[in-house]
Formats: sequence, structure tokens, C-alpha cells
Amino acid sequence: MTQTHADYQLSQLDQLEAESIHIFREVAAEFEKPVLMFSGGKDSIVMLRLAEKAFHPAKIPFPMLQVDTGFDFPEVLACRDSWVDRLGVRMVVASVDDAIAEGVVVDDGKTSRNRLQIGTLLNAIEKEGFTAAFGGGRRDEEKARAKERVYSHRDEFGQWDPKMQRPELWSLYNGRIHSGEHMRIFPLSNWTELDIWHYIHQEQIEIPSIYFSHQRKVIERDGMLLSASDAVQPKGEEKIETKTVRFRTVGDMTLTGCVESSAATTAEIIDEIAIARVTERGATRGDDRFSEAAMEDRKKEGYF
Amino acid sequence: MSPEISPVAEKHEGRAQMDLLRFATAGSVDDGKSTLIGRLLLDSKSIFEDQLESVESTSKSKGYDYTDLALLTDGLRSEREQGITIDVAYRYFATPSRKFIIADTPGHIQYTRNMVTGASTADLGLVLVDARHGLTEQSRRHAVLLSLLRVPHLVLAVNKMDLVDWDEKVYERIHNEFTAFATKLNIPDLEVIPISALQGDNVVTRSENTPWYHGPTLMHHLEHVHVASDRDLQDVRFPVQYVVRPKSDEYHDYRGYAGMVAGGVLKPGDEVVVLPSGMTSTIEAIDLFDREITEAFPPMSVTVRLADDVDVSRGDMIARINNAPKPSQDIDAMVCWMTNEPLRPRQKLAIKHTTRSARALVKDIQYRLDVNSLHRDQDTKELGLNEIGRVQLRTTVPLLCDPYSKNRTTGSFILIDEATGVTVGAGMINSGS
Repeated sequence: MTQTHADYQLSQLDQLEAESIHIFREVAAEFEKPVLMFSGGKDSIVMLRLAEKAFHPAKIPFPMLQVDTGFDFPEVLACRDSWVDRLGVRMVVASVDDAIAEGVVVDDGKTSRNRLQIGTLLNAIEKEGFTAAFGGGRRDEEKARAKERVYSHRDEFGQWDPKMQRPELWSLYNGRIHSGEHMRIFPLSNWTELDIWHYIHQEQIEIPSIYFSHQRKVIERDGMLLSASDAVQPKGEEKIETKTVRFRTVGDMTLTGCVESSAATTAEIIDEIAIARVTERGATRGDDRFSEAAMEDRKKEGYF
Repeated sequence: MSPEISPVAEKHEGRAQMDLLRFATAGSVDDGKSTLIGRLLLDSKSIFEDQLESVESTSKSKGYDYTDLALLTDGLRSEREQGITIDVAYRYFATPSRKFIIADTPGHIQYTRNMVTGASTADLGLVLVDARHGLTEQSRRHAVLLSLLRVPHLVLAVNKMDLVDWDEKVYERIHNEFTAFATKLNIPDLEVIPISALQGDNVVTRSENTPWYHGPTLMHHLEHVHVASDRDLQDVRFPVQYVVRPKSDEYHDYRGYAGMVAGGVLKPGDEVVVLPSGMTSTIEAIDLFDREITEAFPPMSVTVRLADDVDVSRGDMIARINNAPKPSQDIDAMVCWMTNEPLRPRQKLAIKHTTRSARALVKDIQYRLDVNSLHRDQDTKELGLNEIGRVQLRTTVPLLCDPYSKNRTTGSFILIDEATGVTVGAGMINSGS
């Protein structure tokens, strides 16, 4: 819903939308084989919505790539399928299990599956020959991301070198790459978590139901509530309890914690977040807690 | 507002109506820049518990007797080890009326390119000085760069006033010296604010230590500075980014030109010219996703449909018939050079201007600009890393450009090394001839 003001000012949300659409069109115009990395989470769904707007009434001119961890929430997959059906986008699925079977990545039992996704993802990008991969990363998420470019250059090993990133001026994006390299594109760079939620609210975007308050069997572990499942069973003193919860991020079921919440609508979630005192990742992402520099290390290896 | 709208929905309406201010910060670590940004984030409640906890515990472990807010903004481990900031970092905070994007640029001499990068999209530049040292070569350089990048609003924050006993004379001296220097530059709007970032005086809350100061606090100024009139709404400029051809039965004949409005206001019915071909037509409709809209202005991303079947492709520009840029292959521009290997005459580079890519040949480097003294060094025939100079280029195809002073979108370009693909220069056009 664009508000046109007498003084020809766009609201900040309309401005973010306009800039993201500009990025999608720029990539579609300049890159041979773009792909949208789709996690099923709210940020990747907002990306999909922006891509839909960028090329309407034509279909989105590139496929979606999803890494199947084998531990995805069924509600997330259902939401994905509904989007794919509506937009008629081609889906490319890269499975972590297949990558393990093919020896592309090694599951030594000590590595979190989230990290196994990196190898799976890079392998899929290489195999399919994608030259640009859209990711839902936002600069407000984590300190190491504050310096991330909209166009983030990756070498032929998929690595990110903070010292090798190109200066990015005005709205002029440099999309030149050599054979074998690819570019990660972050069209949501300037959006904050609150912006994402306001946009979902404003556009009435369909997102997975687990973002909203529901009853769930959970286990409390390291101060996080994990969803009880075949893969997550109580250890030692832990017990399974039923609580009214919602997820603030979606990822691997074995790693993604939920929070106690009665927020059942986007408006209520916005309310909750507006007064939240703990950042998104710090609260519910087990894999970011290992070290302050965890994200930086993973990015260098080619993580989203 | 209908009565059934909840307070929450009203809040959303409020957010949806917020506008956006981008500002670039300049100053060195020693001027207290990171502390100031930390203070803005903290006092606008943009800091979360876990972030603050980690900063507090690090401060304690380092033996500080205060919480080092600068730690909030130190990003990469390599930087933390070196104790410097090496790149442009973007940070976000919001107040009820406005969202802010900070381009936080390092202040050291070798990082001119980062400052130029951060300033390229800024509505406002924030320069910090240490009240004890007054204006330095560095603060002058920051002001010059902000003026060169045509950042319309400038704030000089005189920091660490607590260390000079809140002496009004110190503030006055810096204020006068800077105002005198600024007259040589193009700075339409200047505000000089005495602050203490560490203690928070005049950052968000008005200080009792400065009864002699009657201007706004920094936050109040950031929230109220008027940026709406900084855009060119007179001269229609629509660089075509992407041609939308659905190739479906339903939209068999649909042909839309997608792009971001770079200047002026487009309306259906407007007579337009397509450059560089010079073909004319009329705007039939302007699509914003699935709606037809009555007007489009910067920086909206829209899709324009024309009444006639003229040949239009990416890199072309739609403008008004009597108000269009003249296509030109000879470009006169100020260039900031961003790589170790110097820029020399006869060099060939790739150039990207709006949605148009071409190759460029360096015809001449007229002078190097000393950004500290504004002296024009005409003996230098090359530009080194972080140097700025006036350059003549010849391009393989005509560019559809305006002077940078008139339009920051159609007046800017980047230069790319064709071998490495790296962005090596940023240009601001004086004129095309």
C-alpha cells in the first residue's frame, strides 16, 4: 500500500521496498543464472514477495534453491509449497543427506547440521552453475554483517573475504565475476527485523504457522526451548513439557528454539518485538553461541 | 481511523508513515565516534539485552571503569585485534518518527574511499571533533569530501566538551573556525552541536552543562532535519533497468519498462522521449506491482508502459521532450581513485552509469585535488589510492548524464578494472560535452 504524500516523500518501508525491487531487477538484468536461496523463513518469503513485485506481471525469471536439512519443520515446507504453486517458480532442492552420501560434506558427529548446509549449498551452486544467489541476510542481524555489501563477492571456493569486498556506491552495483565465482546478493540488507514484520503485516504475506503462538511439546536445554521430536529427546534431568510458544526464526528443528508467547497475529508479534530486549539470534539460535566470532568464521566459509 | 482499529494497528500505521534518513559519520576512533554511535543506539533503545551484556562484560574484563559503548559497533575480529575499524559499517536505529541508517566510516587518512562510499548515499554528514584539539586536517578533509559528494546537510559535533569544562569559548572558537572554512565549500545546511558522547550530553537529552547553547540536541536535529526537498522533482529521469515481457496468453502484448525513478515526477499522458534514440511517445500507464498509479517520483521502482511500440532496452533513459540530458561520449568528472595501482592517462576501464555499461578511456587528468587545502595540483599526471582529481574520459557509447550537482543518480558513475572486475573508482560528473 504505497502512500503518496503531498511532498513526494516515500515512507521508509516503501523506500526499502523500492530499493530491494531495484536490486532484484538489476541482478536479473546483469547475471546469467541467478537463484533465490530459500530457507522457508520469513526473510526469504519477503524476498520472494519482492521478487514477485519486481517482475509482475511476468513470472520470477529465476529458480529457488532450498537446502533440505532433513530436519525442516513440516509447517515450513507446507508454506513453501503454497508459494511455489502460486508463483510457478522452479524449485531446486539440495539435500544435506545426499551431500553426505556423495561425500561432498563429512558428518563427523561433531559438526552441527547447520554447518553441513554450507558445503551442500556451495556444491549445489557449483553443480547448477548459478552465478548470483539471493540471500535473506540483513545487516542488523549480527555485528559481522554490518559491513556486508548488497553484492557480496565469493571466490571460486565460495569464500567471503572481508578485505576483498568491493566498494559499493550510490545505487550502482558492480556485478562482474570471473568464471567459477559467484555473487551473493542481499536485497534485504537495510531492513531490520521490525521492518520485515511490518511489511508482512502490511502486505498480509503468508508465512509458516509456527511463527504464531501455538501449543507444542518442548524440552528446555541451555536456556532454550527446543521442539521435542525423534531427533530431540530429553537428556538426563530434562523433561518434555507442553507450552504455548512461537518461533522467532525457523531453521533446523534440532537447533531452533522457540519462545513462550501468546502472540497470534502479526500485529501482536510486532507489539512483542517492539518491546523485546533480546536479539533474534542470541535468543534462539544455538549455533551462534559458540563464540563471538562464530558468524564471521562461518561467513568466511561461505555460510549464508 | 475507524473505531475498530486496535492501538497496535495504529502503531503499524505510524511505522508505515515513518520516513528515512541516511547519515554518514566521520571522525576517528579518538574523537569518540564509536562511543557516539553506541550512545545513539543505546538511548534510542536499539540495543538489546544480550548485546549490552556482552559489552559490559568485555569492558569489565579489560579493566575499564565504564561501559565502553564503542564495543557495540566493533565488528570483525581482525579489527578488534587491531583496535581499528577498517570499512564502512551500516547500523540501524529508529525513533517514533524516523528510521535511521548510519554509514559508519573510518576516519583515518588512508580510508578516503570508505568515506566517499558512505557519503554517496547520505542525506546528512556528521563530523566529529575533539573539543581539546579543535579542527584538524582530518575534520577539514571530511567536510570537503561530504561537500564534494553533495551531502546536503552537515552536522559538526564538538565532542568531549566535558574535558574542556564545558567552556563556551572553546565551542565558539571551533564553531567560527569551521564556519569560515565551510564558506569555501558547498554546504547548504550546517549545525554545530556541543556534546559529550560518553556522558550523553546534548546527544538525546539536553545538557545542563551548556546553558549558553540554544540549538537542538543531536537526536532532535537528526529527527527533524528536512530532507524532502533534497531531491530533483523537476527533471524527469527514468533509466530503463529491465524490460518486462510476460510471454503469457493473458499478457500477450504487455511490454513494460521497469526501473527506479531518478528524477522528476512521471504521470500517465506525459509526452516523453527515449534516449539515446530520440524516439518520442506518451506514457500510457505506470504500474506499481498490480496497480496502475497516477504519478511516480524518486526513488520509486515502477514499470512504465508507452503508447507506441518504440524500441526501448536496458540502459536507455526516458525523459521529457524539452528537458532531457544530452547524450555524450566526453565526460568531465571528479574521480575518487580506490585502488593501489594508480590511474593514468590512456588507461581503459569499464564504466557503469545508471543502468548503462560501457568502456572508458582516460583522456587526461587535469589536476589532483588536495582535499586538505583545496589546492589543485596540476603537475600530477596520475591519481593514487584515495586521491581525488579532475579527469576527462571518452566512452565507447554515449552516456545520458547530468551534472552531479543537479542529480546524484544521473551524475554519478563507477569505474571497474576489466581484468579483476574490482570497483576501482567513483566519479561525479561536472559535465558531458
